[in-house]
Amino acid sequence: MSGHQVDLELDCREMRCPMPVIELAQHLEDVEVGGTIGVAATDVAARVDVPAWCRMRDQEYVGERVAHDGVPVFVVRRVS
Amino acid sequence: MTNASVESGQGHRTELDTASSEPLHPAARQAMLAALDQGYADPRRLHRPGRNARLLLDNARAVVAECLDVRPDEVSFTGSGTEAVHRGLLGLVRGSRRGSAIVHSAVEHAAVRHAVSWGGTAVEVQCDEWGRVHDRDLVQNAIAPEVGVVALQSANHEVGTIQSVGELELPNDVPLFTDACASMGRLPLPSGWSAAAGSAHKWGGPAGVGVLLVRKGARWRNPFPGDDRVDERVAGFENVPAALAAAAALRAVVDERDAVNARQHALVDRIRSAVAVIPDTQVVGDSVDRLPHLVTFSFLYVDGEALVDALDRRGFGVASGSACAASTLEPSAVLAAMRVLTHGNVRLSLTRDTTEAEVDRFLGVLPGVVADLRAEVGM
Repeated sequence: MSGHQVDLELDCREMRCPMPVIELAQHLEDVEVGGTIGVAATDVAARVDVPAWCRMRDQEYVGERVAHDGVPVFVVRRVS
Repeated sequence: MTNASVESGQGHRTELDTASSEPLHPAARQAMLAALDQGYADPRRLHRPGRNARLLLDNARAVVAECLDVRPDEVSFTGSGTEAVHRGLLGLVRGSRRGSAIVHSAVEHAAVRHAVSWGGTAVEVQCDEWGRVHDRDLVQNAIAPEVGVVALQSANHEVGTIQSVGELELPNDVPLFTDACASMGRLPLPSGWSAAAGSAHKWGGPAGVGVLLVRKGARWRNPFPGDDRVDERVAGFENVPAALAAAAALRAVVDERDAVNARQHALVDRIRSAVAVIPDTQVVGDSVDRLPHLVTFSFLYVDGEALVDALDRRGFGVASGSACAASTLEPSAVLAAMRVLTHGNVRLSLTRDTTEAEVDRFLGVLPGVVADLRAEVGM
């Protein structure tokens, strides 16, 4: 699926864990409450760790999309 | 000198990774040394050294049977816990009158998962966030006619959660295989299995000894080439000294376990509460219904490999299920199945002589190590 409309997409390709989750945490406040952030990550741990981060930090995990280059994008909605 | 804590030039060390391998129990060392001279011969031969070796091997089998409350003819010694898993599980598949589908939990050890993909069709059953597999999920999946075997561990090797093996009632006489490697010796063996496996180095016996249990009357057939030796379920020349040492360690561990388990359970409770206070931390696995000696937790924003290194430099040996600390560069399948954090992960497992002072020293060092690693990445 292309054209996933997130408010901010973080390019975390080739980053190893836990860098994608650190990027996500550091850029959470770059979007408004209700806004979405996509984490494009090749790191296999991100598929587990982004949703786990959302549960620990009380944010909403929206789901997984696919970027144009086939890399998964894990989408998070800022709720607080 | 104790094996767990060695004074070296670098100061006092505390090894907290007994779930990977427990230091050799003194009882095992003693038995092994005696048997190296007495038990070298071929136990099939009728001369005196051969009969001595056979006597030691039979003795090892009898001791293991008594410790596990099974019959001696249900006990086989293998070359490892992994081999016991492979033979136990695949032998039930080979003996099955139904199909070769294997219903197994998502949190089984890699030895089980590799055996499944080699010799059957996988039907994976999920677990809850504590790593517990629910009876009804296993039972429902076992109804299909192609299912030959169900595999469920006695307790999880990474997070310690105990599974309800003894309470499982499978439909249509589908046999159960139980990987009991994580709990054997420490906890009584659950009932209800047709085949089960254990690993001696996890209870303080030597490496290179597994225990395969096959229930009398179970439909088990050797999945690998046979051999013309003492025990038809296994192949190759018997390692009599190691089997005897494994049995001696098991005897000692079973005799000591009431006292050791109570002490370890309390120390792990102490660790669980202290670690939970560190910000952005997940302590995982069942807090009560668990292995006595093991606890697993993860810290947000921390690199698991860096954490293992930092703790090692401060004198603590721990394991990690994080991807960066794994040979496969994949995160722990157990943590992923539980949908808990996989990075910044530490698995602690206490030796039988881990002291309160050692645990307190670890808990004193840990928050600073975590804070330093987070500061390095701007968190």
